[in-house]
Amino acid sequence: MEKREFISKSPSETWDIGEYVGKHALPGDLYTLYGELGSGKTQLAKGIARGIGVADWEYVVSPSFTIMNIYEGKFLFCHVDLYRVTAGEVDDLNLEEFLDTGIVVVEWAERGLWWGNNIEIHVENTGENERKIVIIK
Amino acid sequence: MLILGVDTSCDDTSLAVLDEERKIRANIVSSQVDLHAMFGGVVPEIASRKHVELIDSLYESALEEAGITSGELDLISVTQGPGLIGSVLVGLCFAKGLALALHKPLIGINHIEAHAMSIFLEREVEFPFIALVVSGGHTIILFMEGPCTYRILGTTRDDAAGEAFDKIAKYMELGYPGGRVIEESAKKGQKDYVLFPRPMMDDKNYDFSFSGLKTAFINYAKKHDINDANIADVLASFQEAVCDVLAFKTFKAAKEHAVKRIVVGGGVASNGRLREVFAERGKREGIETMFSSPQFCTDNGAMVAILGYYYFRKGIISPLNAKGYSRMAIKTGK
Repeated sequence: MEKREFISKSPSETWDIGEYVGKHALPGDLYTLYGELGSGKTQLAKGIARGIGVADWEYVVSPSFTIMNIYEGKFLFCHVDLYRVTAGEVDDLNLEEFLDTGIVVVEWAERGLWWGNNIEIHVENTGENERKIVIIK
Repeated sequence: MLILGVDTSCDDTSLAVLDEERKIRANIVSSQVDLHAMFGGVVPEIASRKHVELIDSLYESALEEAGITSGELDLISVTQGPGLIGSVLVGLCFAKGLALALHKPLIGINHIEAHAMSIFLEREVEFPFIALVVSGGHTIILFMEGPCTYRILGTTRDDAAGEAFDKIAKYMELGYPGGRVIEESAKKGQKDYVLFPRPMMDDKNYDFSFSGLKTAFINYAKKHDINDANIADVLASFQEAVCDVLAFKTFKAAKEHAVKRIVVGGGVASNGRLREVFAERGKREGIETMFSSPQFCTDNGAMVAILGYYYFRKGIISPLNAKGYSRMAIKTGK
């Protein structure tokens, strides 16, 4: 197990950390994001999108209501949010299908039960404007 | 002419029958139907599977309500996107099957454009106008140049406005639906109790950001005691910040495009305070503001039908291999 830690002091620093993740991402990678409301999970996803070359990465928006948004960069970027999804419904999203051609980033991943081979990213509030981002591979 | 409108882009399965006089012959939305009666008590939980199981019986109900048989339909209009792709495909495939079997034209439409045009179910609006579509999943400003011709001017860069309402309500454990609960409580509150930020108000574009406002609220809640005595004030202040930014950017778009009409649609357009803010500002600035009725603010098949009719009149129809899509390509700008 490999663990890396970053400190972010602003949304744009969170984008930079996401970009680093995105640049090292490979098709088939499944990223599960954990963190409380307002911690910056969507900001991190934006950065990941920038890292894999999504042209309009600035418009990577929260999928809380739409559940899944799909973008194209060097490969497919499937952005999922389980905020409104129950554990039983996760299978219905066919995430494996998207892993064939790209990466999947899941917000509110604690609501899905059976992740395998996933890369965990924890976003912790360490201050009003400070976040600790921990990546566990 | 009879038009069928089908929308399965999100949670609801919606079907409507409309005639060319804009008269709604049937408008059925699954959330308003007694599903327990329809399924004998067992309602499928899963979104796209729910659409699959519901669509056929809701289609039959729509025809029955309209008093017609399927052979009398002249046009099949359906949401092609944006939405949850698995759900979008259920409606799209159903519509394609119907079009093929009935030998009638298929029109695939954009769900956001349908919200912007839903006002036409109730009245005519002169083009051009600015449309704000604001809901749980979307916050977007469109420049409507003419029927079936529009440009995206701006959109949210993170959360939709309705999502911000919902998440704050959930955070404060106020119940569901968040927008309505906050609006109700805020009625008794003092709007300037807390000065929450107005994100991106100074930016030159027409984009929004509501996630920073959500974080500001959470930071405030962590530092201050929110209790029965002041919760209405805090929520009223939050709602005011959301309404303020929505109005500011939408009116800015109208002024900079020399447009005298603003139309607001989507679920959050039901919010009473938003309606007030737009009406007051419109009066002051000499801009007419129009809101869809609440029944057409939520997702519905009637708005899909009417937009399909406009495309048909322009001679634009979709091929039977039309593809569903999950999101709109965003190219904003003036």
